[in-house]
Amino acid sequence: MTMNDTNQINNGQINHGINMDNIERAQDLNEPERLQSCIEVKDFNLYYGEKQALFDINMTLPEKRVTAFIGPSGCGKSTLLRCFNRMNDLIDSVRIEGLINIDGNDINSRAVNVAELRRSVGMVFQKPNPFPKSIYENVAYGLRLQGINKRRLLDEVVERSLKQAALWDEVKDRLDDNAFGLSGGQQQRLVIARAVAVEPQVLLLDEPASALDPISTLKIEELIQELKEHYTIVIVTHNMQQAARVSDYTAFLYMGELIEFGNTEQLFTVPKEKQTEDYITGRYG
Amino acid sequence: MEANTGQHISRQFDADIEHLRSQVMAMGGVVEEQIADAITAFVNADFELAEKVMQRDHEVNGMEVALDEECSRILALRQPAASDLRLIFSVLKTITDLERIGDQAERVVKPILRHGGDGVRNENFLTIRNIGTMVRQMLHDTLDAFARMDSDEALKIHAGDREIDREYEAITRQLVTMMMEDPRNISNCLNIMFAARALERIGDHSKNINEYLVYQVRGKDIRHTDISVRNEALSSD
Repeated sequence: MTMNDTNQINNGQINHGINMDNIERAQDLNEPERLQSCIEVKDFNLYYGEKQALFDINMTLPEKRVTAFIGPSGCGKSTLLRCFNRMNDLIDSVRIEGLINIDGNDINSRAVNVAELRRSVGMVFQKPNPFPKSIYENVAYGLRLQGINKRRLLDEVVERSLKQAALWDEVKDRLDDNAFGLSGGQQQRLVIARAVAVEPQVLLLDEPASALDPISTLKIEELIQELKEHYTIVIVTHNMQQAARVSDYTAFLYMGELIEFGNTEQLFTVPKEKQTEDYITGRYG
Repeated sequence: MEANTGQHISRQFDADIEHLRSQVMAMGGVVEEQIADAITAFVNADFELAEKVMQRDHEVNGMEVALDEECSRILALRQPAASDLRLIFSVLKTITDLERIGDQAERVVKPILRHGGDGVRNENFLTIRNIGTMVRQMLHDTLDAFARMDSDEALKIHAGDREIDREYEAITRQLVTMMMEDPRNISNCLNIMFAARALERIGDHSKNINEYLVYQVRGKDIRHTDISVRNEALSSD
């Protein structure tokens, strides 16, 4: 099923009263959430050469909410995530059909400046990838690329970004130290600070915590909750408990198809589709 | 929507869940016997049988505690989701109601124990026979539906509780008439009234268990909903 079954798009607003039919009383009390849409995916297909990797994806991701993509390896969740900032452009054999709109603008149109798109759609990968520079320069990097070199402005942005990434208190006395001296969890938060320094609109997180220990993982999860006040977040994760904990909406993909997309709470307690049920209860063969 | 009975990748998880379900059935079996014995003990004013009913309650309580522990173990170790999660919740709530059914069985035999058996034997005690049969049948069917994870059957049994309520009202009216006719009947009639009340409560607990089963199988919470809302919710399957 697709978002079309459950959401009505009215004047650019999506009605996310997804599958509330089983809790009538709750529905009486809480009006379904009405959210501004951020990313719209319409009839989207993607091919790696001859091989089709995504089939007819239709979904609308709401603004300033966390959406998680779950599914077995090779189901296309990372591929789909990478479409949101055109990372797949880097792969020659990739061909796409269909539409991806961010804030109503077709991101695949010729008019789009890809560097500008990637500034507003930041990405964090599984393995922390700080640059071999100081902590300060890592965070200031994006701004320096934009030609901003005013020390006062950079200081402000570095402090604000590190605070947003919940790293400031741990590094404020050693901003000039090399970023490689930080622990894995700290490096990952540094990378997030670097991503938010350029004030993106969307943050794409591709398994941001899978290389981290449980405590660092919890810190990242906590951070995601805080970041969603400012950014639309899309997270790919293999850890289903993590998806359940951090996301507001969850999409389950299987073999390149969007099987189910809905309210996270609903999806993890009463999934609509048998395939979703089998996957999240560990019945996959 | 059908119950999910597919195999988990982890066979140990399958084994744990199967064990859990069979323990609930075992507990249900003991409670069923308790009620049957309680009704017989009451009708025949059988002191020994009444004592046996009381003693079995310890067994039921122990089973409830063991099942509680088993559920928390599965929650902690497996972090079940979707139908597995609903099964655990359904089991946790079902065993609470089963334990209370056991308590109600004790209430039925209390007057027999208090008066030491034959002293209170009274042909009016037969009044509860009918409601007793209805309640036993309802619990039996409930456990049967649980074993087969049959939510359609659960809904049918659920609706049957109204019959038991009607029977209870009829008994009450009959007893009130008897008490008004001859005040010497009052003591006896009160005993019958308490027993009938306990049996009626067992019907309510069985009804709850059917509600949990519908939630477990279909993911629809039908508690405290009126019939029209319930039918609407269930027809969307």
